[in-house]
Amino acid sequence: MKTDYLLLVLGMGIVTYLPRWVPLIFLSRSHLPEWLRQWLDFIPAAVLSALILPALVTTGEPRHLTIFQPALLVSIPTLIFAWKTRSLAGTVIIGMALFWVAGRFFS
Amino acid sequence: MWNHPYSSYLKEGMAAAWPICLGYAPIGLAFGVLAHNAGLAPWEIGLMSLFVYAGSAQFIAVSMIGSGSAVIPIILTTFTVNLRHLLMSSSLSVYLQRLGVGRLSLYAYGVTDESFALNMTRFRDGDWDWRRALALNQTANLAWIVSTIIGGYGGQFIPAGDGDTLRQGVPIDYALPAMFICLLVFQIRGGLYVLVAVLSGLLAVAFSLLLPDNTYIVMASVTAATLGVFLRKGCGKGREGAEES
Repeated sequence: MKTDYLLLVLGMGIVTYLPRWVPLIFLSRSHLPEWLRQWLDFIPAAVLSALILPALVTTGEPRHLTIFQPALLVSIPTLIFAWKTRSLAGTVIIGMALFWVAGRFFS
Repeated sequence: MWNHPYSSYLKEGMAAAWPICLGYAPIGLAFGVLAHNAGLAPWEIGLMSLFVYAGSAQFIAVSMIGSGSAVIPIILTTFTVNLRHLLMSSSLSVYLQRLGVGRLSLYAYGVTDESFALNMTRFRDGDWDWRRALALNQTANLAWIVSTIIGGYGGQFIPAGDGDTLRQGVPIDYALPAMFICLLVFQIRGGLYVLVAVLSGLLAVAFSLLLPDNTYIVMASVTAATLGVFLRKGCGKGREGAEES
């Protein structure tokens, strides 16, 4: 079990590290064509949205749609607050507070 | 020593990491508890957090260990789940030009969803560089490792979430979603970005219902960003530089 576990952790580490490493090494020293720059420019917005939305509207394993949940409801005022104030600290605090309040009403 | 420029990089990077640390603490604790329940010792938990340093993959690995899975399937699943970092590192590479292989290799270790989102925003604001970003990465890394080990020790005392679903009304569970929402807002610099984000989100929801693991993140992002490039080509001629602000 001990060597097995070491092998496991090492293997997991390598397959996790490579996708983090390869683009940094190769893309940072080559001249990127304009279309690729534009594409990469859209990636943060696309990735963040793809990370957030499923977490807010799906639950369970296997996943299924659960539109009406506090997390989604809270995300709307949180988003508006972020948009208006452009404050990361404020948004995190307001989001947490609203999530707490929503928990009182929903449970 | 405190007047040395490096210490100010360090301090700024560490200070900027606070929302990530706040979010990692409960998730790390929960992971430690689950790993403890799956039979892992605290040092084994710490070793995984150090070597792998990827939240969702670690949760999946521990549940697979708990159900008696062999080593290779766990490693393959980890690879699939973490393939999304390929996109993030590609995006970050624009801001890490002309850095040596050693520094890039060190930086690569700390690329997570959260550090990517925060550093990307700061890089674009222009008041950021690789030293501060690296300090941020390593601060978040330390918070993750420490909280998972504490979870492993305090297993029986801490109520664990599963790291995936948000526990209703537990404020700290909403720290990372709130951070992501805010950083998403910061990424929006025009109608096209709204379109790409909305599209990516909707595709991600659809794919997440159809596909196992979290391959939906890569598929949705790639599709939406590609459409964005085509749309810009189609309707944005002569607006070059608009995205450079």
